[in-house]
Amino acid sequence: MVEEEGIRRYVAHIILWIGIAIVAFPVYIAIIASTQDNAAIANGQMSLLPGGHFFETYYQTLFVGTSGSTREPVLNMMLNSLIMAMMIAVGKIAISIISAYGIVYFRFPFRMPIFWIIFITLMLPVEVRIYPTYKIVADLHLLDSYAGLSLPLIASATATLLFRQFFMTVPDELLEASRIDGAGPFRFFWDTLLPLSRTNMAALFVILFILGWNQYLWPLLITTRDDMQTIQVGIRKMITTTDALTEWPVVMATALLAMLPPIFVVVAMQKLFVRGLVETEK
Amino acid sequence: MEKQSVFQSKLLPYALVAPQLAIVLIFFYWPAVQAVIQSFLLQDAFGLSTTFVWFENYLELFKDAAYFEAIVRTFAFSFAIAFSSLSFALLLAVMADKPLRGVTLYRTLLIWPYAVAPPVVGVLFIFMLHPSLGVLSRYLRALGVDWNPLLNGDQAALLIILAAAWKQISYNFLFFLAGLQAIPKSVFEAAAIDGARPMRRFWTVTFPLLSPTIFFLLVINIVYAFFETFGIIDTMTRGGPGKSTETLVYKVYSDGLLGGNLGSSAAQSVILMVIVIVLTGIQFRFVERKVTY
Repeated sequence: MVEEEGIRRYVAHIILWIGIAIVAFPVYIAIIASTQDNAAIANGQMSLLPGGHFFETYYQTLFVGTSGSTREPVLNMMLNSLIMAMMIAVGKIAISIISAYGIVYFRFPFRMPIFWIIFITLMLPVEVRIYPTYKIVADLHLLDSYAGLSLPLIASATATLLFRQFFMTVPDELLEASRIDGAGPFRFFWDTLLPLSRTNMAALFVILFILGWNQYLWPLLITTRDDMQTIQVGIRKMITTTDALTEWPVVMATALLAMLPPIFVVVAMQKLFVRGLVETEK
Repeated sequence: MEKQSVFQSKLLPYALVAPQLAIVLIFFYWPAVQAVIQSFLLQDAFGLSTTFVWFENYLELFKDAAYFEAIVRTFAFSFAIAFSSLSFALLLAVMADKPLRGVTLYRTLLIWPYAVAPPVVGVLFIFMLHPSLGVLSRYLRALGVDWNPLLNGDQAALLIILAAAWKQISYNFLFFLAGLQAIPKSVFEAAAIDGARPMRRFWTVTFPLLSPTIFFLLVINIVYAFFETFGIIDTMTRGGPGKSTETLVYKVYSDGLLGGNLGSSAAQSVILMVIVIVLTGIQFRFVERKVTY
């Protein structure tokens, strides 16, 4: 470009590496702590180099949990989180794509009112209607269930809007053509529209999976049984006990295990992730 | 905008929208309406009878100094988080927008914190800055700082702001980088030919051209600070010490948890709803403008 030579370029590299270091530092500390002895950490003498307790800590974390009374293997928590995240992502995509299909490709009475009813849900995150929602889920006997964990979080319009927008850009000729071939609404949806939406679905899936995996307030309220805990809730319970009793290596190992799946998704599917992020925020 | 050619069917479209409509009505509208109704009611101490009290719950809230403080605190947190995270992310994005080697690597190394859940962010930061065992607290003490966020409210607030801003860097960075890359390079060249130095070029050319992105991110960051910080606060400080890190969302949670005043908790929810609707409204207006540009 202009005069981006020499020193300025080095400065840019240095600033970027400083930024990366700042961003990575907390995670580095967590990795180190998860390999060390709890006694050394508890008296504030933690070294900044890896210790020798790696296998021990991770084995205990995954299969046993903390030694406290609420012990629950973290592997089980991860499984709960995975089921919840998958149900939210798949469920939301499935109900959104068919309702967007109905709204775009059909004319029927109350079409616009229905669209608006769905659209308005964009406005309110679950946090602001938390207790009334809790009551309804309790009345439906869905506390401590996967359905209770995921259904209220599926009730939002982002995905519907996204698919609607996308369907509007699909040329009308495609519908005409498949109609000439004798295809009805099911065939057109399955053979034409669904394959075309594949990238959009994948991008949305990446975002919704991360969002679902990272849910906190809602699972915190509606899970009471230890074996239904998600990992985000479990980690908080680990540090609830008095500070002296907190098993920091296990807590840090849990923190790392909690961030591993979503970070893997972001890094491995970076293109889809960026696309999904930009599109869901419009 | 409408499709020109559509399918004809009487029942199918209803069947297609039914699942979503059902979920939205049961898990969204029903609780929202409940919250509004509840906010006009007053329950006696034993939960046996309820009376309709118009706006009394709201009036009580606005008379309550603690609630007012929570509002001020939430906005202060929001602006502090938005400002620190946005400025740091902008600096990084401007650097990454230069024709450097390894930009894709830099991007990968900077975007992953987006995926870290708020409670995990809280755990990471409290561990680093814990008064007795935190790795960084050692250095702070060595510098003569009396660091104890578990007892000192201002330090607790600072800790929350730091952690929340850390998590949001990656998101802001990504959108700033996209915004910068959308600015045609010829604009910079023209400014350079006119003799503008790099700093001047940034403030007179880049910054104004980036203002739509900045405004968009400002709204997003404020909404983030309102809601997503819940997990950070709950794992780090539980709203304490005292009430020094209690935000509006945290207050709804903890007031409701104690099970005391349902009407007041509902009124708080309704006020939050109004705030979100206003913020989203601002955002939509802005999005419309961006489209017509």
